Order: sequence, then structure tokens, then C-alpha cells
Amino acid sequence: MRTIKEIQEEILEDFDMFEDWMQKYEYLIDLGKELPSIDEKYKIEENLIKGCQSRVWLHAEENSGNIIFSADSDAIMTKGIVALLIRVLSGQSANDIAHADLDFINKIGLKEQLSATRANGLLSMIKQMKLYAIAIDK
Amino acid sequence: MFDVSKIRDLFPILKRKVNGRDLVYFDNGASTQKLHSVIDTVSNYYKEENSNVHRGVHFLSGLATDKFEESRRVIRKFIGAKYDHEIIFTKGTTDSINLVANGFRSLLKKGDEIIISELEHHSNIVPWQMCCEYSGAVLKIIPLRDNGELEISKFESLLSKKTKLVALSHISNSLGTINPIKEFIEKSHKVGARVLIDGAQAASHVPLNMQDLDVDMYCFSAHKMYGPTGVGVLYGKEDILNEIPPYQGGGEMIKEVSFKKTTYACLPHKFEAGTPNIAGVIAFKSAIEFIADLGFNTITKHEEYLLEYATQEISKIGGVRIYGTSEKKSGIISFNIDGIHPYDIGVLLDKMGVAIRTGHHCTQPIMERFNIPGTARISLAIYNTKEEIDVCMASIRKVKQMLS
Repeated sequence: MRTIKEIQEEILEDFDMFEDWMQKYEYLIDLGKELPSIDEKYKIEENLIKGCQSRVWLHAEENSGNIIFSADSDAIMTKGIVALLIRVLSGQSANDIAHADLDFINKIGLKEQLSATRANGLLSMIKQMKLYAIAIDK
Repeated sequence: MFDVSKIRDLFPILKRKVNGRDLVYFDNGASTQKLHSVIDTVSNYYKEENSNVHRGVHFLSGLATDKFEESRRVIRKFIGAKYDHEIIFTKGTTDSINLVANGFRSLLKKGDEIIISELEHHSNIVPWQMCCEYSGAVLKIIPLRDNGELEISKFESLLSKKTKLVALSHISNSLGTINPIKEFIEKSHKVGARVLIDGAQAASHVPLNMQDLDVDMYCFSAHKMYGPTGVGVLYGKEDILNEIPPYQGGGEMIKEVSFKKTTYACLPHKFEAGTPNIAGVIAFKSAIEFIADLGFNTITKHEEYLLEYATQEISKIGGVRIYGTSEKKSGIISFNIDGIHPYDIGVLLDKMGVAIRTGHHCTQPIMERFNIPGTARISLAIYNTKEEIDVCMASIRKVKQMLS
């Protein structure tokens, strides 16, 4: 299993290939479309991360100290970024997730997706992923 | 002859680029851009006139006070109110409504009723819920029809001797519906109810005359009228403003203070505790003068043309559904595209330099009524152009292509 840092570098390389924002966003849209849907039974209120506009459902399972995430969103752009987060964090150890420095979102030029406009649940999503990890790590 | 390019020259921000494109600003329902004259007045105030109002004996305080009160006069005239002291300066429409709702709760008793509608902004829902919670009054809701108009017959059946207040939007921020407020006011007065109108979306788009409307209270915000943020107005008839107890205590709003008994100042100072947004109030006058000089004939003609053209063009795009198709409508188009979340539309349009609003627009009951998570909303203003609508429509087509 590659480390969180290695996977982030890989994503940066992927995004380096794109010449303009349009290609970048089209790639994100594709990632969003390709992300396997979360099992319907996990699409419940308790798993809902409330942003102001797009909803994100996050489910976490532990497998001998590692955490497997699955997630979904009703907005495709959000789902694309969710797919990237899952690629980076899912399957990693609880300890590594809790201490992960997730700088790739800024570096791939999507920092407006993390702005404080309350427009999406992304920041809350990262926080929630880390909270799961911290809880299991203890 | 109306020349929109001359109007655009008065708004410096309209020349800037966003994401490498010419800015197309279609989020005027949230806040309009600012006039050069407004910006200069704010700047000049701090450079040349700054001092506290109503207190000092010195030159600058007198100057600031004169200008501040001059704004009140200009606004009084603009909205056709009877007296200057019926104009109360607040932070904005939300603040104005809260002022009334807070004071009104002591005038209500258990079982009294307040009527609002299904299309209200949260600012005209939550203060009344709080008011009812405190006073034991009951909140009644006028339902919405599919086209975004209110059910007037249902409103009539809700009215009774128990109705103490009716609080309604003049224009819906989500759907663009222009409510027939004069009719609502007349019907409410027949049962002795007072009427408050939330005019946040109306004051820069349709002519207002408080005496002609015979409205008891009317609220609006400067920042949606090409003026500064943090300034709003509560208009109230003299008698109702005298009846409502003060909202906040402090300086300026008192007649005499002692530990036995404090008496309150007369209108309008009774409701203007603390140092107000002096620069903002003074600059608001520049915005009002711009609107008044242009005239509502010109304004409504241009904005109605834009609305009609935009509605026609967006309807040509397959899979688009417009929410709010009332007969009388202001320059607001709320829409969704089949199978696409409004958030995705907003994010991608932004990358193309087009600023719109997405989400529930602080009107969750409307979204629930139509069973949608939100809408994408185009809201127009006097400086918008046909060419901008063309850019926006081409961008929406591109977004649709990217997302499907």
C-alpha cells in the first residue's frame, strides 16, 4: 500500500497534465461519475455531512486498524473531490489518517472548493474522516 | 435614450475580470455592485467630514449630522413617507424586521395571530417564530401556488379579528413574484391588522409610495440598491412606531436616564441607539439619487426587457425548468437543469466568469414546496445587458454539455 503522501504526489502528477481549468474540471466530473455509489443502507441521516448546498454521505469501516471509506454526494463536482479524498485516505491506518496533511487540494488548484462560503460539505467531510480515525486510533 | 454602457461606466467593479473572463454579474438579488459616487462619498466622508452625529457642538459633528439627516429627508421623499422621523436607520432589512418583531412581542397576547407566507425569506420567518414563541401568538402561513403566486383566497380565510400583523415580501427573492401588496394591505386593514412589507428585493426595481400603499411598516437595504452594506431602513407610520417599545438601549435613544426611571427619546432616535453607520447612511443618498434621477420608467422598462429576453433564451435550452412564473415578475430567474445539481451549475459558471447564486436562497420552505435541494438563480439589475445574457446562456449550454 502506498502512503498518503505518495498518493497525493501521484494526484499532483495527474493534474499537472491538464492545460486549463476546463480539463481539470472535466476530469473531476469523470471521477465523480466513476466513484462507486455508496450502499443505499448507508445513505442515512447519521452519515450525512451537511454543507449548505450539496450533501455528502460518508461511511467508514475498520479493517484491522485500517479504515475503509465509502461516500457519495448529490453534486457531481463535490463527488469528484470526494473520490480523490477516498483515493488518498481509504485503506490507510487510523493513525496515518488522523495525522494526514492533505495539501493536494490546494496544490491542484481547487482551493476555491475549500472556501468558507459554506457552499459545500467538503471541509466537514475531511474533518469527519479524521474524527473517525482519531476515534479508532484511541 | 437609455444607454446601458453609460450606466456601466458608473460602476467601477464591472470592468474587472474574473477567472480571465469579463465579469457577468447576475447575483444582484444577493447584493448589487456599488456606484462610483457611493464609493467616493464614503471615502470623502472619512477624509473630510468624519465625526459623531447628533452630539457634538463642534463644526465636524454639525456637518456629519446635517449630511446624515439630509439622507433621511431624501429617503423620505423617495418612498413617499409623510414625516422624516418615520424613517429609521438600521443595519439592513433583517435588522429592521427584527426591530419590529422584538418590539411587537410585548404588544401581543396568547392566541393572537401573525400571518406570513410560504415564499418568505428566512429573515421574514424566523423573527416571527421567535416573536410567537415569546408571546404565545400563533403563526399562520399563506400557501403558494405552482406558479409562485400567493393564494389570495386562502389569505382571506386566514384573516380574522385575531390577526394582529401580516408580514409579507413585496418581491420574492427566490421566485421573482411581485406580490399585489396593496390588495393584501387593504384586506388586512379591514380586520384591524397591521402590515409589514419586506421590500429588500423591491426598492431598487419598482416605485414606492408609502402613503399611497397605506402600509404600516416597510423595510429595505441599501446594499441591494447600489449603496453600501450595513445600512437599511425601517419605515413605519408615526403611530405604530410610537407604540412599539425600543429595540436596543443605549446612547442617543434616551430622553433622560436615572436609576429610578429612564424615558426614551422621540422618533426616530428612540430606535437608533449607538453610533450608526454614518458613512453608509450618507453614501446611501448618492445611490437613491442615482435611482431617482434615472427614474422607474426607465428602470422597469430595461429590467423587464432583460427578464423577458433571458426567460425566452433559457427556455430554448432543453431540460431547463424555471421556478416562479407569476404574471407580475421581477428580474429573477430561478431554474434547474434535469439531472444536474444547482451547485455544479454555479461552480462551473463561475469558472466562465458568470456570477449567479445557487442553493436554497434562505427560502427553505419554497424548496420544500417544490421538492428540490435548491435552484440556480439569475438576478438582474439596471447595469446588465443583453450581451451578458447571451454569454450566460452560452455558458449554461457548455455546463450542461460538461455535466451530461
